[in-house]
Amino acid sequence: MAEFELERGADARKVPLRLLFVQADERPAVEEEDAQVVMSFPHLVLRELIAFLALLLFLVAISLLFDAPLEELANPDRTPNPAKAPWYFLGLQELLHYYPPVVAGVLLPGLIVGCLMIIPYFVVNLERAPLWASGRVTKVIAILLGSVGLVAVLACSGAHPLWPAIVPTILIALLMVLPGLLGTGTRTLAWIGSRSLPFWIFTWFLAVGLALTVVGIFFRGPGWTLTLPWRDGIYY
Amino acid sequence: MFGTLLNRLIENRVFRSIVRHGFPDSNRNRSLASFTNFFLHLQPVKVRLKAIEFTRTFYLGGLSLACLLILSITGVLLMFYYHPSVPRAYDDMKDLEFVVSQGVFLRNMHRWAAHLMVLLVSLHMIRVFYAGAYRPPREFNWVIGVVLLLFTVLLSYTGYLLPWDQLAYWAVTVGTNMARAVPAIGEEMRFLMLGGHTVNENALIRFYVLHCVALPAALFLGIAIHLWRVRKDGGVYVEPGEGGEVRG
Repeated sequence: MAEFELERGADARKVPLRLLFVQADERPAVEEEDAQVVMSFPHLVLRELIAFLALLLFLVAISLLFDAPLEELANPDRTPNPAKAPWYFLGLQELLHYYPPVVAGVLLPGLIVGCLMIIPYFVVNLERAPLWASGRVTKVIAILLGSVGLVAVLACSGAHPLWPAIVPTILIALLMVLPGLLGTGTRTLAWIGSRSLPFWIFTWFLAVGLALTVVGIFFRGPGWTLTLPWRDGIYY
Repeated sequence: MFGTLLNRLIENRVFRSIVRHGFPDSNRNRSLASFTNFFLHLQPVKVRLKAIEFTRTFYLGGLSLACLLILSITGVLLMFYYHPSVPRAYDDMKDLEFVVSQGVFLRNMHRWAAHLMVLLVSLHMIRVFYAGAYRPPREFNWVIGVVLLLFTVLLSYTGYLLPWDQLAYWAVTVGTNMARAVPAIGEEMRFLMLGGHTVNENALIRFYVLHCVALPAALFLGIAIHLWRVRKDGGVYVEPGEGGEVRG
């Protein structure tokens, strides 16, 4: 091992001794050399300013029209029914209705965050090849079998059939196989057919998350029973 | 008239000591405006026209940041009127309603901007996914983005307790009860979060410090890294081949 030696000197061009770096790849990744460019100042700065002011105006209007909720002083002895978490957690709270807390509160949220984080490290997510580029029959069968299995799991694994996940699963599966069954004749079918597997998985995840959250926000009342917002109002 | 006045304001020693370049009417001065300004130097001097179209990004990331700025300003103002103790915290909410001038408006702004920020950050993530903008070399920036989403949700959640009304108390009770379900260390984790076995004054001060100091600091640092990496990777992602004129 080489002895450590403090390099010093008055000439910044010579000390410390410089090495030549050869960049192996072509990052920063701007591949288009002839793309249309504009000066950030003022073109981008002005757009940002307008966007900011529009947002501010929107928030001011909302704040003038609607007051933030404030109930009576917190009382540990009086549990409201239902006791709901903030809206962005109501999808998870809805899951709590079907699964034990260790699944709905620990396993699934951990899985969601973990899956989101590793998205860019899977080749299938980077390539995003159109699903219907080749092999129709086997794919139709695979998708149908896969989604039937998934629906079966969603229907039987919890305390109740998990309808907010079953319905989106069926809808997405139908959309997925549509180009396989009908071909890609029309523009809509061609668009659907050119979507990739990662597109469908993410869309399925969003659809299930949205359905669970919407049900949790609008359709759940005392004792987490099903309520109708237009008949019973919204519980929060 | 206006032109000369503007000129007088800009062309003097004091102004030029603050802003070192002349009026940005030439591309040279416009470049200088970008890279001699602390705030603007986050952005490149030139941007691709495709990258700044509204319909490409809907400015979701930028609007999330705008929400954070509004939240920081209204949050600091709210801190002037807030004591993180029981039941003073709730009394302060009532003071905001009946004593502080524009107190209700201030709290409304903070509340709605917080909800909007959670929404915008989520939409930003969704947009980035569908654009495929997590592709190399941007993989790790996507991961940072997921962490920033978590920070945003945690910020909103810790803020939820602070009014100390029934809504706040029970929402946080429901949420922290979930921590109990963690195998083996659940009870300890919950104790660490709350500083006790129930949501009480200790929980309030913990959530307050997290909400006002620790999480905002972490979020701002994370955003700085997030933006810096976007910049290093060539700005807003534009799918190869659709960036400009077709080559060759």
